[in-house]
Amino acid sequence: MASEFLVRIHDLHKRYGHEEVLKGVSLNVRPGETKAIIGPSGTGKSTMLRCINRLTDPDQGQIWLESTEVTAHGVDLNKIRQQIGFVFQDFNLFQHLTALDNVRLGLMKVKNMPKDRATELALYELKRVGLEHKANAYPNQLSGGQQQRVSIARALAMEPKLMLFDEPTSALDPELIGEVLKVMKTLADEGMTMLIVTHELGFARSVCDEIIFMEKGFIVEQGSPEQLFNNPKQPRTREFLSKLSELYGESPA
Amino acid sequence: MSWETLCQNFAEDSFWRLACDSVPKISQGTLLTIEITFAAIAIGFVFGLLLALGRVYGNRPIYALCSGYVHFVRGTPLLVQLLIIYYGLPSFEIRLDPVLAGIIGLGINSAAYQAEYFRGAIQSIRAGQMQAALAIGMSRPQAIRSIILPQALRLVIPPWSNELIYTLKYSSAVSFLAVDELYWTGHHIAVKTYRYFDVYLIIAFIYLALVLILTKIIDKIEDRLRIPGLEIKH
Repeated sequence: MASEFLVRIHDLHKRYGHEEVLKGVSLNVRPGETKAIIGPSGTGKSTMLRCINRLTDPDQGQIWLESTEVTAHGVDLNKIRQQIGFVFQDFNLFQHLTALDNVRLGLMKVKNMPKDRATELALYELKRVGLEHKANAYPNQLSGGQQQRVSIARALAMEPKLMLFDEPTSALDPELIGEVLKVMKTLADEGMTMLIVTHELGFARSVCDEIIFMEKGFIVEQGSPEQLFNNPKQPRTREFLSKLSELYGESPA
Repeated sequence: MSWETLCQNFAEDSFWRLACDSVPKISQGTLLTIEITFAAIAIGFVFGLLLALGRVYGNRPIYALCSGYVHFVRGTPLLVQLLIIYYGLPSFEIRLDPVLAGIIGLGINSAAYQAEYFRGAIQSIRAGQMQAALAIGMSRPQAIRSIILPQALRLVIPPWSNELIYTLKYSSAVSFLAVDELYWTGHHIAVKTYRYFDVYLIIAFIYLALVLILTKIIDKIEDRLRIPGLEIKH
């Protein structure tokens, strides 16, 4: 099934116990697009992201990556996940491995790449995030921002078609956020397809093609940054944005 | 010069004479104790790890099976287990050499305890580690092998060293199968010489020395495997 979309999400539902966190979410992403998903905490943003690579199994609905239905029974999940990079809020670098090994491991274990080739590629990816000189450092010897950049390199090394970012800067000290956003902006500029759950509205506005506002398990509103930030149609969107700008003392311009 | 003539340099009936005379027998017993301990610990390690993996990652029947094993073994005395294996199994035409019976008994006993140490360590690894491994396309067994176990096995070293020490000391229970390990050898000498206090004291100190050596070795291993950036400064 050929399609102009890299990712199609159709009517996604997810329930935890009695609480339905996703109540029918549909979303399409074209190759090369960068979309930000914003909204209050606990509204299903992360859950939706985690459904895309099936770290969480949806209860209902379909997801396609190109022509492969990710949500189909008996699908080769390991194959699909290789094509989808995932960046976690708290980095989740492998604690017992150096930065280089963190990036290299997937190449060797999953892609069965010979060691020297994997090393070469891993060093290239570390260089891309500006951390070639930290190749032999262990996660706990790195700052949060550096750890997150290594985790981005780890995802990129698998040469994914799609990158998912789950609040990549929420666990970082304010002065470390910039270095991570810079790497992400470069990726967007290079044409990587990205879905980013974030509270960094300034970043979303300047880098993303589309902003998706989610609340209570629904997509409330989506549109270009200009439209959504300057002319939100839904009162809830307006409320959320004004609350955030109150919090940060300025509009997310 | 033979060992016996060497020992005659000590005064008759002195502690050192007794100690010297006992060296050949006691060193044999010590060696056997070390062998039994290491064999049992090795068996316990392999089965303990499998039991722990079964309890953490297994489906319902596997979980139940592994849990049942752990509960049964931890809930019954080591001595009874040894006696069942050595004296009970012959009813089913299974006759084991006493040393082998002792090793197997200690091993399956230790497996249950080691399983709990391993389980605790595996479960203390944050869920994000597994998720990150899955997210780059690793299979679950791959993630367990390359990500979870290397971290869990490092974490488990301090509590696990308890089990090593216990097994060394509890290997004396194998004396109930008339195996001439360290304690039983000492017992023979004590009974023969009536020097109970002296002999048991010697035996006690040999156990102590072995424990201290093992502790030192474990510390070295722990040091070597320490993950940079995670160390606790002494």
